[in-house]
Amino acid sequence: MSDDFGFLLLLLSNGIMIGLMYTLIALGFVLVYKATDAVNFAQGEFVMIAGLVVAGALDALHAPLWAAIVIGLGTMVGFGFLLERVMLRKLIGRPVIAVVMATIGLASILRGIGPSTLGAGTRTLPLPIPDEPFVLGPLFIPPIQLLGAAVSLIFLGGFGWFFLRSRNGIAMRAIADNQQVALAMGINVERYFGLAWAMTGVVSAIGGIIWGNLLGVDINLSLVGLKVFPVVILGGLDSIPGAIVGGLIVGLVENVTAGYVDPYVGGGTKDFAPYVLMILALMIRPYGIFGKKIIERI
Amino acid sequence: MIHRECGVLKTSYEADMALYPLPIARWAIAALAVVFFGIVPLGLGEYYLSVANLVWIAVIGALGLNILVGYTGQVSIGHGAFMSVGAYTAANLANRLGSPWPVNLLAGGIMAALIGVIVGIPSLRIKGLYLAIATLAGQFIIEWIINHVTFISGGVQASIEVARPRLGSMVLDTQLHMYYFLLFFVVLAILGTMNLVRSRVGRAFIAIRDQDIAAEIIGINIFRYKLLAFAISSFYAGVTGVVYTYFLGIANYEQFQLGVSVDYLAMIIIGGLGSVQGSIFGAFFITLLPIVIRRLMETFGGVFFEPQTVLNLIPNLRVMLFGALIIFFLIVEPEGLNRLWRNIRNYFRIWPFAY
Repeated sequence: MSDDFGFLLLLLSNGIMIGLMYTLIALGFVLVYKATDAVNFAQGEFVMIAGLVVAGALDALHAPLWAAIVIGLGTMVGFGFLLERVMLRKLIGRPVIAVVMATIGLASILRGIGPSTLGAGTRTLPLPIPDEPFVLGPLFIPPIQLLGAAVSLIFLGGFGWFFLRSRNGIAMRAIADNQQVALAMGINVERYFGLAWAMTGVVSAIGGIIWGNLLGVDINLSLVGLKVFPVVILGGLDSIPGAIVGGLIVGLVENVTAGYVDPYVGGGTKDFAPYVLMILALMIRPYGIFGKKIIERI
Repeated sequence: MIHRECGVLKTSYEADMALYPLPIARWAIAALAVVFFGIVPLGLGEYYLSVANLVWIAVIGALGLNILVGYTGQVSIGHGAFMSVGAYTAANLANRLGSPWPVNLLAGGIMAALIGVIVGIPSLRIKGLYLAIATLAGQFIIEWIINHVTFISGGVQASIEVARPRLGSMVLDTQLHMYYFLLFFVVLAILGTMNLVRSRVGRAFIAIRDQDIAAEIIGINIFRYKLLAFAISSFYAGVTGVVYTYFLGIANYEQFQLGVSVDYLAMIIIGGLGSVQGSIFGAFFITLLPIVIRRLMETFGGVFFEPQTVLNLIPNLRVMLFGALIIFFLIVEPEGLNRLWRNIRNYFRIWPFAY
């Protein structure tokens, strides 16, 4: 096996792992959009806050890891419910830009609150997994990426079951399909909106722990949120399988282009390539690979 | 702006569309002109003049963004990048060709308009959220290109120094000179926007905002007008970038990142979407907010916190208040400061007979 081919394989395997980890964060975005038609420009900040809470619980309270994770999950679930009640419910039926700007405002608030209450320094978030990568021929797979990919797949399976089989999930799909009819059928729409935001909180908390372990916990953790947009646009904003496919495409494209193009342009292709891909996708297939096509009437 | 009329007694379309519906409105504008051309620049010190200059720069940018978002209803999160296009175009022209500032200014505006049209092309197929994300991508792509193409960015640090603008033999190098330089463009921008939105083009924009399919059916060429809105708005943004570059004396991409795009969106939302006055209010508000916070914290923060904590708290407090204000206005007063101003005015219109 030549070195070049080995390099490509390494990039591809890395891309798949990172892509699945992007999927995890994109899931949070998709869940909310699917159920409530609201877009969350603060997804990255959710992840950051979750990471900060868990790291803070480990540091300041000297909590064991499992307790810190429980605290992180609890905080994010509570935060999701609260957010829906205080902010998003008031914006139902308003133009898209209102929700976009409100979540951008929320992102700004979280960026201020996080460092000033939970500590501004970069902290590590140790998980009980080994540091040395597994070596399989030319492949180096860091255990954290493997864990991230596995957790991501578990969540995908879980949400797949939730939306297809469980009573709550079916109610949520009904709401996504047509809010007024769902309301008329006796579904408590507002409760499910809250539930959707709480589920986003859970996904963000797990994302915060895994990405926090990979990148370290500080305000820059929120930058992973910027990768959510290419992922969801490629896959379709309201599609869970779309989040996987989009995540994999973005992960692969950014790793392969970064591997081959970066030496010539001096870095940064990782952050650039997904957006170019996204623009192309928007021009050719704006609703994404699995997205629901919207037909507009006057 | 400040006038009270005693009834709507207009008998012709000309009267309805007049910029100054009553003589008193003309007097009010004249009084404002005296205040801003005469009293303010002579009364302010160097530091406050520089703050005023920042406000004027923001006013131009906010007016431009409001044409696109407020009047045409097309969201753009890429205006910071359009400003950088204008800034780097002007800086390169000034340094490579030594061209005078009016040429650079126009070139910067036109270049930004061209790039704006390219970024706006997806708006023909997509709208709302998708357009917001597409322009966000535009922001990142433009930022990356400027940062990585050394021909544009001038190499390391991606910053280019620019000589101060000259007027005849006079170099505009003090804050007072810049004040008048910028105020001139602010007046042009305000007049331009007010006349644009009451013209055929402006009404087409508003029709597209209210219902674009319906607008198409009554014969408005959506393709043309959406791109025109992007072009005009980006032209304003480009000009903003150029004057900002002349104000700072340096073109640097860090002055035009995503946060700037968000700041300008916040200005027009807090000020009032689809309103010239609102853009001005918003520009004042958002530009002065961090300065006021800093002042207040420096004065009173010491009472509650250690001096070091205060210093750490100021930038965080700024972003928190900024976010909270956006959300507050969106929920409580979606039409922004302009609406509050109108409410106050309407109260006094019938005062003291409030029944």
